[in-house]
Amino acid sequence: LLLILGTPVEIQRPRGVPLTSKKPFYEENKPFTCLDGSRTIPFDRVNDDYCDCKDGSDEPGTAACPNGSFHCTNAGYRPMFIPSSRINDGICDCCDTTDEYNSGAKCENTCKELGLKERDVLQKMAEITKEGFLLKQQLIEEAKKGREEKQGKVTDMQENKKQLEEKVEALRTVKETAEQPEKEAKERHLKAWEEQKAAIRLEKDKAKMAEAFLELDDNADGFVSVSELQSHAELDPDADGTLTETEVQGLMGGAAQVDTSTFESVWTNIKDKYHSEVSREEEPAPVETPPEEVKEPVVDNDSEPFPEDDISEEEDEDEDDEDDYHEDDDKVRVYITQKTGASINFSDLSFDFGPDAEFTYLYSQCYELTTSEYIYRLCPFNRVSQKPKYGGSETNLGTWGSWSGPENNKYLVMKYEHGTGCWQGPNRSTTVKLTCGKETVVTSTSEPSRCEYLMEFTTPAVCQEPANMDLLPHGHEEL
Amino acid sequence: RKSCAVPSSPCSCSWTSSSVLLTFAVDRGNFKTCDQSAFCKRQRALKPGQSPYRALLETLELSDSRLTLQLINDNNKVHLLLELYRLQGNMTRVKINELKPLRPRFEVPDVLIAEPPTEPLSVLSKDDNGVVLSLGAKNQRLIVSARPFRLDIMQGPEVLLSLNSRGLLAFEHLRLHKDTDKEEDGLWEETFKSHTDTKPNGPTSISLDFSLPGVEHVYGIPEHADDLKLKTTDGGDPYRLYNLDVFQYELYNPMALYGSIPVMLAHNTQRTMGIFWLNAAETWVDISSNTAGKTVFGKMLDFVQGSSEKPQTDVRWISESGIIDVFIMLGPKPSDVFSQYASLTGTQSFPPLASLGYHQCRWNYNDQEDVKSVDQGFDQHDIPYDFIWLDIEHADGKRYFTWDPHKFPQPKEMLQGLMDKRRKMVAIVDPHIRVDSGYKIHNEITSKDFYVKNKDGRNYEGWCWPGNSGYPDFTKPEMRAWWSSMFAYDQYEGSMENLFTWNDMNEPSVFNGPEVTMHKDALHGKWEHRDIHNIYGLYVQMATAEGQTQRSGGVERPFVLTRAFFAGSQRYGAVWTGDNAAEWDHLKISIPMCLSLGLVGVSFCGADVGGFFKNPSTELLVRWYQTGAYQPFFRAHAHLDTTRREPWLFGPENTALIREVIRQRYALLPYWYQLLYQAHKTGMPVMRPLWVDYPKDTATFTIDDEFLIGSDLLVHPVTEEGSRGVTAYLPGAGEVWYDVHTFQKHNGAQNLYIPVTLSSIPVFQRGGSIIPRKDRVRRSSACMENDPYTLYVALSPKKFAEGELYIDDGHSLNYDTKKEFIHRSLTFANNALTSSNLCPDCNFLTSSWIEKVLILGASKPSKVLLKMDGKETPVDFEFDTSMSVLTLRKPGMNAGADWTLLLQ
Repeated sequence: LLLILGTPVEIQRPRGVPLTSKKPFYEENKPFTCLDGSRTIPFDRVNDDYCDCKDGSDEPGTAACPNGSFHCTNAGYRPMFIPSSRINDGICDCCDTTDEYNSGAKCENTCKELGLKERDVLQKMAEITKEGFLLKQQLIEEAKKGREEKQGKVTDMQENKKQLEEKVEALRTVKETAEQPEKEAKERHLKAWEEQKAAIRLEKDKAKMAEAFLELDDNADGFVSVSELQSHAELDPDADGTLTETEVQGLMGGAAQVDTSTFESVWTNIKDKYHSEVSREEEPAPVETPPEEVKEPVVDNDSEPFPEDDISEEEDEDEDDEDDYHEDDDKVRVYITQKTGASINFSDLSFDFGPDAEFTYLYSQCYELTTSEYIYRLCPFNRVSQKPKYGGSETNLGTWGSWSGPENNKYLVMKYEHGTGCWQGPNRSTTVKLTCGKETVVTSTSEPSRCEYLMEFTTPAVCQEPANMDLLPHGHEEL
Repeated sequence: RKSCAVPSSPCSCSWTSSSVLLTFAVDRGNFKTCDQSAFCKRQRALKPGQSPYRALLETLELSDSRLTLQLINDNNKVHLLLELYRLQGNMTRVKINELKPLRPRFEVPDVLIAEPPTEPLSVLSKDDNGVVLSLGAKNQRLIVSARPFRLDIMQGPEVLLSLNSRGLLAFEHLRLHKDTDKEEDGLWEETFKSHTDTKPNGPTSISLDFSLPGVEHVYGIPEHADDLKLKTTDGGDPYRLYNLDVFQYELYNPMALYGSIPVMLAHNTQRTMGIFWLNAAETWVDISSNTAGKTVFGKMLDFVQGSSEKPQTDVRWISESGIIDVFIMLGPKPSDVFSQYASLTGTQSFPPLASLGYHQCRWNYNDQEDVKSVDQGFDQHDIPYDFIWLDIEHADGKRYFTWDPHKFPQPKEMLQGLMDKRRKMVAIVDPHIRVDSGYKIHNEITSKDFYVKNKDGRNYEGWCWPGNSGYPDFTKPEMRAWWSSMFAYDQYEGSMENLFTWNDMNEPSVFNGPEVTMHKDALHGKWEHRDIHNIYGLYVQMATAEGQTQRSGGVERPFVLTRAFFAGSQRYGAVWTGDNAAEWDHLKISIPMCLSLGLVGVSFCGADVGGFFKNPSTELLVRWYQTGAYQPFFRAHAHLDTTRREPWLFGPENTALIREVIRQRYALLPYWYQLLYQAHKTGMPVMRPLWVDYPKDTATFTIDDEFLIGSDLLVHPVTEEGSRGVTAYLPGAGEVWYDVHTFQKHNGAQNLYIPVTLSSIPVFQRGGSIIPRKDRVRRSSACMENDPYTLYVALSPKKFAEGELYIDDGHSLNYDTKKEFIHRSLTFANNALTSSNLCPDCNFLTSSWIEKVLILGASKPSKVLLKMDGKETPVDFEFDTSMSVLTLRKPGMNAGADWTLLLQ
């Protein structure tokens, strides 16, 4: 049993032992000590089809030990260990056929083919990785620029916020003063209150503008276009019932599309007539307002410190109610903080776009995959949805949750959660697995468990620096 | 799988979803109580008392083995005909029918394997009060009392069993509809929920009482999700036998479930008996006991004062139609009752060895790719399995015998992939047939006129998974033959020899029918569905199993799993306990449910590992694997709405725990296989209550949280959440048991506390037994075919042990048709272990050999010799002093050879 019969090269080592690492322990005609040192046996009990060592090391070439492993050389491909239980079980596991030496199974040596195939695949992978990695560098560069621009905006807003906060502080003083019985003081305070209201109105208007922009930007490309605005019939300037393209262009100051900064002038034209889409939607706000940050914290966050009812009241009702002079002024502060906070988040910097912001380009993009039944849509950092191909309503398969890859690289998996609820089941959720590719594309979707979706997505953003091509395995390692 | 409550399924179109449940529980309102079942209510209103029936002794006729006698009901003057038979093997058959019924009454065919052979009866004495008959040689007599009519079976001075002693014989004779019949009695029509049962034949129910003096423990009459020992039904509903698709069934109640076996066992320290009530209509069983209410102290007081009336259990059977046809199996030992029942209805089919391995199921594996990756998952995690299963989504639009063209476009390629790994597949084939003129199966059934008819004679249609469905009339032999032919490889496209079948929904389930089943006034030829209901499922499995045998030219064994069953179903395959839930109580109940089935012939039983509905906690899942691995049919299954739960999805530690227990199962496959062979040959249950082997030990009579596998393994699964220990009862005074993991020896007749961790599975081997194992576990049972055996010899205190070894090809019928098997007796006595041939004219060659012998409870020998072919050769051995385990190293003889190992 000790020698492999019928092999062209006679190998002086027990069957199932790799040539390189462990061979020195198996010296012919010397007593064998189990690799765990538990006992020593005569050498003729190595590979004698009876398990003597607890660690299985005396039977590297038979199936006798339940915990043993067998080494196949697989010349031309790559060597591997298989569990001893696969020796002579009638199934070809090693491409060099060495695991089936006594089972009657007819195995063919496929190592050469496999080796060629693998090298081919690795070659292709290497090319993809190389190109992908270059693309990734560009992405990182773009993201850097974009971030700098936005950072500027944020600084402005933070300044703005700071000023507002100072105002509030001032107002607090004013209020305290106003509480003195003197009439003049009261009048003075009222005046200040009017100013404060104006400030609030201004800020609120900004927030509304931001929301409106997001709503209008149907395709989430960062621009509001003529067609996107045209869907809002209520904006019709001559109230003739149709909002023509020319009319829209008028509203937009002649531009074909506007970004967030130029939207401000458009907003002045439309804000009085503009109806939010939110109230018309069946879906709750968190689902339909794309970047999660824009939604009011009151909507779904239990841990939110704000007194929810009060805030939403203030949100929903008319300004007329706001001049309730005796409202607690803390609320004012809260309100302002909230509004400015929302504006800052609008600039999307709160997302984790990767260590080098390489995933920034995915933001406000969407990618589709059409299967036999459905159209799947992945809008990174936003949501995943599914729509029947032949009509029917869209189902939310989850909104952006977090990166949830393995510890060593969390950026390999995205998790989208809290989608539409399943009957007697959980809310739908989607796991997106990212792999390196030259193109950004959804390659497959599946539903391994009911209402738990799995999407595969390629992007250059996860391409790693290519390894040295020399490390590719060649056929000459073993023999 | 499953009952209908999924909104996306077609059923929601036809019935309001108000019945959709928000909480996990059966909607009891969907199922009848005795009060809501007109005949049960009428019959139960009749209280014990003087029977109106009188035997007309002058009509007595006795041929050699058949006695007939007329009975008259003095209230309505209707004559009944009583037939009495003495059957071979210590049984008595009692038949009662109307002497001249208006129309023939239904007698259940196809359950008895043959007309039971009779023995001569003789009249010992006769006078005006009655007749005394001799029942064979054993001092047994049958006394027929005339006024009122009653029957008593006696042995010596002792009454074993009495019929109609409480006067509850009631036979609703066929009659013409009279205007005077009260409507509220539900005699000619009855409505439950929105369903009206037109009863053109009027009232037809029957009832009879049995008294069992000296009996306090009765068992059987599955299927109920209840304790092993049957409870008294006073003050509640009787146990109900009516095959029903119960959505999310509740535990510990007498409600009907998917199957019915009208067989009850009565047991005390002296005797075990059985009552087999051969009737396929809706049946209710009342149980009362004169000691049930008494405390232990009360019983003791009675005993001390000597004033005790003898304990007695009274049983009453009520069925909606048919005749009274009862087989009284007189034991006296438990094994006698099993062989008596087996002689009537046959034994457990001998399954292919692979079907005793592990089965991986889910509703549903989505597509071929999914099947492939699950298959690979098992190899990646080095976990053995033999079968992967496909539920209803695999078929094209729930048209069984077809494949979804998108998800399973290349079924043969998929099956070949499994075959390359020496594994197998099961695909579901349900008996409801989509009404669809583009569907071959439907068209053929229609053209052959094989569908069940509604009361108006048109094809009966109901809603099930495919939407509107027809139900083939499986009671027709021609229909069954045609169905069988559909399993031929050229008919069932995409099928191969490693594809087997699962029959679900065969109660039959009809989503929009009364109690989710077929209308009782539907017609099977001239018989109403009312008459045949409980046997419909048996016929489905019968025809399917027959088809599988036929497709191989009668060479290969079939494997068919069924949800509905009846007496005799054991002949056709395996049974599982239906749609359970991922709850600890459901894990616990799997034990008494399978034990009850085993007592009445169905050995190949299992429950969905993990629980079908809901998601199990990891602990529950692990515990369920540990329990399921020690039950006969070992299949994990999960509902469509649950998260994935393949064994490797719960972290490496839990994967290792599950891998370990599945490996334990595979190592024990030779023992399981031998037990199934024994069950097939003798009717002995594989999974047994302790009292079957310890019939005189009253401490065992109510145990149903542990059980025996065969006689030699005792298992006490951990079924409590967060358990730190279990108390197992080890039976047998003067016997010993060995922990199979540590070889620690424990004395019998004690309650043993066993501390447990998550990896513990308390299992003990009986001292005095020899169990063959294959310790080289591989990825499927087929891969282990030629592997060597290790013999585990557990010595009794008298240093004795015995066991058996059974080997054949594992899949064909050649064991039966050509005697191609090895059956050996292994005996350890006088310090010698001997293998001798139990079947000298058998003929089978194996390459398996004996690699190791472990002798537990041994002393250290000076020398061990192998005697074989007249030669003696020394055998190496090791002795572990701490546990007294002697290990014989590689004796090496062929497993089919004669040999002796001598310890000197």
